[in-house]
Amino acid sequence: MIGLLAALDAPTVVEAFGLGAVYSLMAVGIGLVFGVLRLVNFAYGQLVMVGAYTLAFTASWPVAASIVACYAVVVALSLAMDRAVFRPLRGESPAVMLVTTFAIAFVLQAVALLIDIRDDTIGEIASSIASFNQAITVAGVDVRKITIAAMVIAVVVLALLAVLLTRTTIGLHMRAAASDIGTARLLGVQADRVIGFAVLLSGLVAATVAVILTVQNPFVGPEFALRETIVVLVGVVVGGIDRLWTATLGGFAIGFATGLINGLLPTDKTVYLPSAVFALVILVLLLRPSGLFAWGRSTTVERV
Amino acid sequence: MQVVAPAALVVAVGIASSFVSGANEIYFLDALVSVAIVVAIYVFIGNSGVLSFGQISFVAVGAFIAGVMTVPLDSKAGVLPQLFPVLRDHTIGNVPSLLLATATGGVFAFLVGLPLMRLSGLAAGIATLAVLEITHNLLREWTKIGPGATTLSLVPETTGPLQATIGALVVVAVAFAYQRSRLGRMLRATREDAAAARGVGVNVHAQRLWAFTLSGALAAFSGALLVHELGSITTEQVYLELTFVTLAMLVVGGVSSLWGAVLGALVVSGVNSFLTEAEQGVDVGLTLDLPSGTRLILLGSLMALVLILRPAGLTGGRELRLSPPNIGSATRRRLSPRGD
Repeated sequence: MIGLLAALDAPTVVEAFGLGAVYSLMAVGIGLVFGVLRLVNFAYGQLVMVGAYTLAFTASWPVAASIVACYAVVVALSLAMDRAVFRPLRGESPAVMLVTTFAIAFVLQAVALLIDIRDDTIGEIASSIASFNQAITVAGVDVRKITIAAMVIAVVVLALLAVLLTRTTIGLHMRAAASDIGTARLLGVQADRVIGFAVLLSGLVAATVAVILTVQNPFVGPEFALRETIVVLVGVVVGGIDRLWTATLGGFAIGFATGLINGLLPTDKTVYLPSAVFALVILVLLLRPSGLFAWGRSTTVERV
Repeated sequence: MQVVAPAALVVAVGIASSFVSGANEIYFLDALVSVAIVVAIYVFIGNSGVLSFGQISFVAVGAFIAGVMTVPLDSKAGVLPQLFPVLRDHTIGNVPSLLLATATGGVFAFLVGLPLMRLSGLAAGIATLAVLEITHNLLREWTKIGPGATTLSLVPETTGPLQATIGALVVVAVAFAYQRSRLGRMLRATREDAAAARGVGVNVHAQRLWAFTLSGALAAFSGALLVHELGSITTEQVYLELTFVTLAMLVVGGVSSLWGAVLGALVVSGVNSFLTEAEQGVDVGLTLDLPSGTRLILLGSLMALVLILRPAGLTGGRELRLSPPNIGSATRRRLSPRGD
């Protein structure tokens, strides 16, 4: 094991941290909504995709205006999704909610494709913010600026969220709703307000992820962020979806592990990276079915 | 009645498919193969109540083993030179390829299910998704077992109206026989209340494993039907999109009944076919001509709408009955799969 780790060079480890940072942001976005609604939002990746398209279509604007537009569109879509889809589904079985978000993801992708192919090419290029993708040298290691930015942004966002959840009234209400929304409502927590706030935060995080991912990969298509969403959803469950911090750690862990395994595999075997990562996922799920980071709890009765 | 209605519907679609023109036949064949795939998925998800995103891996395995083994021998070494010799130097007929696919799918599902069926809830869903990812990755990259990232073509197109109808009927009949059997009823008991089922001596792990294996075998059989319908296939056609569409068909119809699985598959593929035609312009009293690209938007919106308005699906998850069963309404409510 030590020998294997020694084979890793510094850039691989830094990139693995960067990937983990982006995935942990997506995980926190998915975890926030799951906490209050018990809904796994598969369409989260499409929020990111719509943000990326906004950046691409506003590429001629000043960078700051383009990013503001991205936040506005993503947050508006996130709130609209809650109102039109999540609210009527409250209290339904997890399978129905998940499959409905599949359908929404499907629709958003189809809309993106329809808008996108008006110029007869699939995909747009978000040219204005791509320059942040250049590499700089820090302590003898070549790192892309955006990788450092992603790590810093992730730490700041997660710290702000921690303060919000532990030091403010709305944060307290959100935590109460996440542990038992029925009892929380009896004690005066307004469900609509708390859920709306969680959806808003989740939308803000999605817009942030959209900016980071678009800088890393300025070529935006209808399947933008789809792959990442699937991997993050897996990571969230592996980490333990019942709590926000275990879900976030799960997202980080799968990103970090993917980065490391990618560095460890021989070059001609990197096409098998998904198999290696998902085999690890199955192993972890078998050993710790309620979550890699969920300590001290065991479910004696399994509820499906 | 419970098996007659789904079977009659399948036969009706099958008969209709032999009367329509060649260009439209494909829609009916698609619908019949969808019924086979969705019912195969239903055998596990519907009876056990455990979510699985992995059943399409068995469809993929079935499609590729049946496809690779039926490519004519004289062209096989040319188009698939890197195959293991045992795959490259032998070719089998249509029916043997369906049986081989079924057996392979069953064995694969059993081996995968052996450890995974200990999981339930979201963990089970994610672990089975991991199986789909691994299957897809290996089929796509490992050229010793298949065509890799290129299209597998030259597969004999033997799934016509007759084979599609018989194939779908076989899957429906097996699914019905299973859910009425002792094993099926024990599994359904674990779906309603795992703790209580355990209390009366049902081995939850074993029952789920049986259903997973049967579902895997049927899914691989459906995959073989699919490859013989299309004549050519890529790994992308039996991956995420098919997983979402077939799951949506099942949920739209109603997860916990065979009738729901059959109806969901037929309704969604019917709507899909109609919209495909409407994109080219179709005459329904007034001429309907949708701009191209709107099909997926309408199909997705329709599925979302059904789920929002009728979360238990079109059938409410019940089998079709001519007269309501003779039990009090309170009992019925308690027994209905929606009650928690």
